[in-house]
Amino acid sequence: MTTDNTARAEPSFFEYKKHKGILAWILSTDHKRIGLLYLYSIMTFFIVGAILGLLMKLELIAPGKTIMEAKTYNGVFTLHGIIMIFLIVIPGLPAVFGNFMLPILIGAKDVAFPRLNLLSWYIYIFGAIVVLMSQFMSGGPPDTGWTFYAPYSFKTTTNMLPAVLGAFILGFSSILTGLNFIVTIHRMRAPGMTWLKMPLFPWALYGTAWIQLLATPIIGITLLMTVGERLFNIGFFDPALGGDPILYQHLFWIYSHPAVYVMILPAMGVISEILPTFAQKTIFGYKAIIFSTIAIAFVGYFVWGHHMFTSGMSGTALYVFSILTFLVAIPSGIKVFNWVSTIYKGSINLKTPFYWAVSFIFVFMIGGLTGLVLGALATNVHVHDTHFVVAHFHFIVFGGVGFAFMGAIHYWFPKMYGRMYDETWANMGWLIFFIGFLTLYLPMFYLGIAGMPRRYFDYLPQFHGGNIISSFGAIIMITGLLIIITNLVRSARMGPISTERNPWNGKTLEWTVESPPSLENFEEIPVIEKGPYEYE
Amino acid sequence: MSNNEDKHHVIPYRTLLLVLSALLTFTFISIAVTNYELGPFTVLAALLLASFKTILVLAYFMHLKFDVKMFGILISAVFILIGAVIFITFLDYLYR
Repeated sequence: MTTDNTARAEPSFFEYKKHKGILAWILSTDHKRIGLLYLYSIMTFFIVGAILGLLMKLELIAPGKTIMEAKTYNGVFTLHGIIMIFLIVIPGLPAVFGNFMLPILIGAKDVAFPRLNLLSWYIYIFGAIVVLMSQFMSGGPPDTGWTFYAPYSFKTTTNMLPAVLGAFILGFSSILTGLNFIVTIHRMRAPGMTWLKMPLFPWALYGTAWIQLLATPIIGITLLMTVGERLFNIGFFDPALGGDPILYQHLFWIYSHPAVYVMILPAMGVISEILPTFAQKTIFGYKAIIFSTIAIAFVGYFVWGHHMFTSGMSGTALYVFSILTFLVAIPSGIKVFNWVSTIYKGSINLKTPFYWAVSFIFVFMIGGLTGLVLGALATNVHVHDTHFVVAHFHFIVFGGVGFAFMGAIHYWFPKMYGRMYDETWANMGWLIFFIGFLTLYLPMFYLGIAGMPRRYFDYLPQFHGGNIISSFGAIIMITGLLIIITNLVRSARMGPISTERNPWNGKTLEWTVESPPSLENFEEIPVIEKGPYEYE
Repeated sequence: MSNNEDKHHVIPYRTLLLVLSALLTFTFISIAVTNYELGPFTVLAALLLASFKTILVLAYFMHLKFDVKMFGILISAVFILIGAVIFITFLDYLYR
């Protein structure tokens, strides 16, 4: 391993403070501080979302009422979904690691619009507050699920307006981040860094940013239409007024399916960074991975209808959406084959980020293959709106984004904080989390195929066994999560100092700068002469 | 990473007035067209007229016609994307 413990030329970004105390954070336009602001905000919301998820699993540990009423359960799964989707997995990787790492990975001092970047965080927090206000106002928590489906969303007496408006506001944060990243990548790459010399995480962020920019306004308009429908009875979606509820589903999923790729593309980018480093081998199929990133971002726009196979669409639309859904599996498969080929015959360094990366491939494969069951018209009818969908969704979104997020934080932690975490606890946390994850979600596939519908607080006695195992898995997973978070928080404050620039022997630019990086990242902007993963 | 932004193109007032007249004309046409029962083509007509107006605004008022070609390509790609999304949506509405 490379060791470089020479004295720092510049103070770290932690030491550079234009303001004191909390103002040094909330007024800073430094991309690294903004990345960490997002990290702390997202982790806080994640703990809330995870507690809500655990409460749901405890309710489902036995048939009938266990710890909450049906109405409370409806509110809990709605808030769990809204928090996890709009506050965590959509902004998650781009906002945290995109902000912190993108400029460093492309050899820039900051993003193109640093003030806009800070504004994005403020909008995010404002949107989050508006969403959470829905829980505490008269009328009671929203109970529609995170999809706000019409016509129920404008008929329910619960607090829909703040939840919908909050999601609308959060969209602006996403759009501004996407815009910032597109301009940063186009205009601020280091001299010599051509498109085909750019690392794969920035490539993934680039594809993601276009989706954020182009798809998010559609959900914005849709949510405003819902507000209009609720306040003024306009008749967009209400059949009684000549509207069409399926139009809502179209508009909602035109955004929300590409949003799945906003979640998963950066996760794939993280895995493409981790694997070459811990296999000490050039990434296999660099260009194929880029192609598949663009293909996923593009084809991902046209597959939204597979969420609506039982909604009453025309037969022609059903066939087209099913075919397109199968098409999007191809670039995803290309990535998986390339990752596996990268570690094949590599010099594997078994460290925590590597464990997270390979377990990502494992859970992503299960999520992806069960997605084909849902993409096929005949099988979809049987498992639609059952626990099978919940399991598939969590394997992709939580398994994909969650595992990549954990991989990313363990990979870049020494760079971000200049300290190292306890690897034994980190590995133990991963193992317990991984076992808990599988125990929690695998039984749901069985429950779904057996016919247990989702979003019900009660179930028939024959589903009891699967639910006991699943609830037990939730407890194991939360235990693993507590170990991981405690280890990381403790290590960020008190972990052994690690000023090595390159503890993992990585080849990308972040491993050439100091740990933690200085305010402007580079003493001198590097000139790029070779590709990002040249180990041989 | 070009630096073409330094060049500013000045559009004559006459051209701007012509574009404004075209925009107003299209607006009146889009109102007039609602008097005809076009069935499934109602949305198509409205979208086409709106697209013409958008192209004029982009090309002249936002100077896209005189800017780097790359921006034109990117915006065209966005138009194609949205067109494809609308087309696929209508595979449901036209055949339901």
